[in-house]
Amino acid sequence: MSAAIGNTIVSLPDQSTAQIPKRNYINNEHGLLSWLLTGDHKRIAILYLISITFFFFIGGAFAGLIRLELLTPQPDLVAADTYNKFFTMHGIIMVFLFLVPSVPATLGNFLIPIMLGAKDLAFPKINLLSWYLYLVGGGLTLGALVLGGVDTGWTFTTPLSTHYLNTHVITAATAIFIAGFSSIFTGLNFIVTIHRMRCPGMTWFRMPLFVWSHYAASLLMVLGTPVLAITLVLVALERLFGIGVFDPAKGGDPLLFQHLFWFYSHPAVYIMILPGMGVISEVISTFSRKRVFGYTAVAFSSVAIALFGFFVWEHHMFIMGVSNYSALVFSLLTMLVAVPSAIKIFNWAFTLQKGSITFETPMLYAFGFMGLFTIGGLTGVFLGSLGMDIHLTETYFIVAHFHFVMVGGMLMAFLAGVHFWWPKMTGRMYPESLSKLAAVTTFIGFNLTFLPQFILGYLGMPRRYHAYPPEFQVLNVLSTAGATVLGVGYMLPMLYLAWSLKYGAIAGNNPWQATGLEWQIQSPPLTENFIEIPIMDHEAYDYEWLENKTKNEVTTVG
Amino acid sequence: MGLSPVLWQFLVHWLHASALFPAEASGIAPYVDALYFFLVAMTIFGTTFVAILLLVFSVRYRREKNPVATQIEGSTLLEATWTIIPLAIFLVTFVWGALLYFRIYDPPTNAMNIYIVGKQWMWKAEHPGGQHEINALHVPTGKPIQLTMISQDVFHSFSIPDFRIKREVIPGRYSTVWFEATQVGTYHLFCTQYCGTQHSGMIGEVTVMTPGDYKKWLEQSNSGQSLAQNGERLFASMGCNSCHNGTAAARGPSLAGVYGSKLTLTDGRQILVDDAYLRNAILNPSEHVTAGFAPIMPTYQGQISEDGLIDLVEFIKNMQSNYRVQQTLVTATSGEAAPTTPSEGTTETVKP
Amino acid sequence: MDSALATTDHADVHAEHDHVALPQHRHHFETEEQQREAGSFGMWLFLLTEIMFFGGLFFAYLLYRNWYYPAFAAASNQLSVPLGAFNTVVLISSGFCMAVGVWAAEMRRKSLLVLMLVLTTFFGLIFLGVKYDEYHEKYELHHIPGDSFNISMFTNPAGYGIKEEPLAPDMAQKTQIFFFLYFAMTGMHAVHMIIGIVLLFWLTWRAHRGDFSSGYVAPIENFGLYWHFVDIVWLFLFPLLYLINRHPLH
Repeated sequence: MSAAIGNTIVSLPDQSTAQIPKRNYINNEHGLLSWLLTGDHKRIAILYLISITFFFFIGGAFAGLIRLELLTPQPDLVAADTYNKFFTMHGIIMVFLFLVPSVPATLGNFLIPIMLGAKDLAFPKINLLSWYLYLVGGGLTLGALVLGGVDTGWTFTTPLSTHYLNTHVITAATAIFIAGFSSIFTGLNFIVTIHRMRCPGMTWFRMPLFVWSHYAASLLMVLGTPVLAITLVLVALERLFGIGVFDPAKGGDPLLFQHLFWFYSHPAVYIMILPGMGVISEVISTFSRKRVFGYTAVAFSSVAIALFGFFVWEHHMFIMGVSNYSALVFSLLTMLVAVPSAIKIFNWAFTLQKGSITFETPMLYAFGFMGLFTIGGLTGVFLGSLGMDIHLTETYFIVAHFHFVMVGGMLMAFLAGVHFWWPKMTGRMYPESLSKLAAVTTFIGFNLTFLPQFILGYLGMPRRYHAYPPEFQVLNVLSTAGATVLGVGYMLPMLYLAWSLKYGAIAGNNPWQATGLEWQIQSPPLTENFIEIPIMDHEAYDYEWLENKTKNEVTTVG
Repeated sequence: MGLSPVLWQFLVHWLHASALFPAEASGIAPYVDALYFFLVAMTIFGTTFVAILLLVFSVRYRREKNPVATQIEGSTLLEATWTIIPLAIFLVTFVWGALLYFRIYDPPTNAMNIYIVGKQWMWKAEHPGGQHEINALHVPTGKPIQLTMISQDVFHSFSIPDFRIKREVIPGRYSTVWFEATQVGTYHLFCTQYCGTQHSGMIGEVTVMTPGDYKKWLEQSNSGQSLAQNGERLFASMGCNSCHNGTAAARGPSLAGVYGSKLTLTDGRQILVDDAYLRNAILNPSEHVTAGFAPIMPTYQGQISEDGLIDLVEFIKNMQSNYRVQQTLVTATSGEAAPTTPSEGTTETVKP
Repeated sequence: MDSALATTDHADVHAEHDHVALPQHRHHFETEEQQREAGSFGMWLFLLTEIMFFGGLFFAYLLYRNWYYPAFAAASNQLSVPLGAFNTVVLISSGFCMAVGVWAAEMRRKSLLVLMLVLTTFFGLIFLGVKYDEYHEKYELHHIPGDSFNISMFTNPAGYGIKEEPLAPDMAQKTQIFFFLYFAMTGMHAVHMIIGIVLLFWLTWRAHRGDFSSGYVAPIENFGLYWHFVDIVWLFLFPLLYLINRHPLH
């Protein structure tokens, strides 16, 4: 990590004299209770980080079991209903307990108040409440798992989920209902904070893009999640009392369920990806020492995605006998929602132009994100195109597509963000070369896992199949091999990040020489973030301002 | 390479058995593949373009080479370019995809109809001639075939990848899809919508035969009763004939030749009589009362299976005159004299 | 705002009960104004969430009403308009008391505030009582959706002394969907009322203690917003569920 060659911007304080600040949010109070009853957004973020990591590895274990079963065409590892429970638990845990809260509840929670120059989120107690709701939701999910599992698939398709299964559907639905409120409260907190808690001088267009994308995602959480909640209530009631509001035999309409479910679950995709996009904006700018190209376009494209995201849900139902003409409208809107994502990709790419680029781990993850998200986004166009969707939907193509967006996109962004802000959260650096290895391993493993699935999908292998025709085996073996590599890629950060908590180099306030407000305060920050509320007198990503500031500091110290 | 010959053979066999693209076995397949190749080309181009941008910028503007960044606000021209070009490509995709969609889901008028009933976890195919198949479907080449599909329980999805067709099979309503097989052979049939424990066992084989072979197969698999004949029996045994018989005193409308016509309902709606309408009118009659008739028909919800409904629909579809219905009626009313004929027809009570 | 230091209160979060200038001022807000605005903005957003929550039910209602209009009309006629209208009046009175309560809190009139909160609670409880009575009647008539649901009242209204067109049995079955939506919607509304009444007990206790007598009215205001929202939901439910087939001129 020597800075002599000039291929890194990392500037750490002199390790022989440096130490973690005496007073910070971690050691401000002691004891487990001081964590469990905290109102501090940073502590809650850490609580979230620990809990979502826990659920990520549980969900990941199920993914591993699924891939193991699919190593051979025969149904030989587990029974069919067990396999169905595997992919259901994988879906529920990964979607509702990992992806939705991943970036917002951890990094967003930690950073949004600091980035806005505020001392905390608007409602600290509600913030804590939302973590507890998350835990209750997670606990119930685990409860459903321990009691015998649930096998509806994460989509809860009626009337299968309401009348044809004897597993713990209601427990799982309750879990998601409760976890949903956790996400609503997080979104609500963010929106109020962004509207009302900005420090003097922090105009809307001086906010970091990370905040913009969280703002857009929060809108979706607040407006979309309640629809899912009521839908799950209806499913539970229908199961309990056998009434049939979704049951065609009793005059109900099973497609109504699809409409209501996807009205949330499509925007949910943007809830998952938008915060990740915010991370990428920060990382790309920092490591190319440049303002994000076309700041306003990137900011507005987040809002545009949130807005259009509400009007494309029917593209999940193109083959379900919806009217051909409504399918046309939704297909067109789907094409439109793809455009803002394309804008973002190109804006990020052109941020690099004439920059001064270095390649630390967060940047590698961000590059991975851009490549994989481009593929994920463009394969989404396949599925948005009506005629193509008929052949591809419900096959491994769609599995590969959303894993490219969610895992290749979101998870890469999450890891980029965790590495990027790790020094701020803990005050210590992670080991650089090991983490680069992890980033590359993840990238390779990911592609090996999911590229074959595109081909499988075009060949017609249906998703959620426990056994499959033998001619699909080669590609499945490749995919399982890739999943193994991917698993290693995800285990590594967990190990070395834990290691770095004690042995990592002292990071200092601003190891990346980044411009965000969060980098101008000590790491780890004080409980109240700022000794005095800052006054924002420059644009976001203003590296000249940072340079002047550093110069002045040097002169005053010297 | 020191690879053991057994392993080598195994690998060769393995790779030989796998493919990158499914067979093109239907008339629509080449059209779908054309769009697919266009989209794949778009994806490869787009990804490569982004990758090249990243690579070139990374090399040219890496810190060693360019220690001081030049701040650029943005460029409206550039941003407009990469808004408009992707938008244009996506719109082309939209139009192309939409044309294809209509082509796949709008059957030609001369299509031959086969009924499909999905249930946990099997596919039943019913040919108009009365041939029944389970987890199999036999079709001739060179003839458009329309599938009218319904599920008895949960959502299923009928997919033949080599034909590039797929459609959700939904409980409570008919959905249709059509294809024209072009290549003789056997092809996979999958249920692609998760439908419960044995979802991955809900598979079958589609056998495409030459028209001559198909004709032979039809003759061999004949069950002796066509769907319409089954329907005729049901029509009498369920008592439909007591009202729908075309006589002057009939309490229900005559059904002869009703299929494909436009009916006026009591609430003034004009409605086209198709399979879905007929099925609905049997199960939810009060929503579909023909103008000039009283809403006295009882519901048959829960009294008749989807297969039975298909038989009835097929019977009504092919009913050109009321002659045979009236014949059954005559024998039924004179039931005392002819004990061999079914007499349930008149015992069906019609609730006021 | 350059006097940021001066306005920043470094008091501990838990020091809420120190009776300094404004004990309820949370440390992380710059000013009381900001805290108050944030609170009410948050409440409005929460109500937006609630609208989407009920929105799913309203969407289902509109769809099925469109499909099964005769069943919806017939089933709706079995709901008691006088009881519904009475409840509407009760709820509006309750909302009025709540509004006066908010005013009283702003005017720092403690006893009026307590009185108004008690009255609001009282009207809320009356509403729930009437609702219980209506539910009970439906239970006795076997109009609760589920296995014991009975359609005979709709297929044979004359047998029950009701002057209505009889429904065909297939349509009569669809009344079950109406009643399901009726119970889901009014039930969801009632759950909101119950939560509201629990909160009212707590607020009344706090008001009695004098928490809202010194110009700190945010909880009362925000609860007022919630309570008015619950009222407004009822103002949509009442016509949709009770009045859809009434023709006063016939």
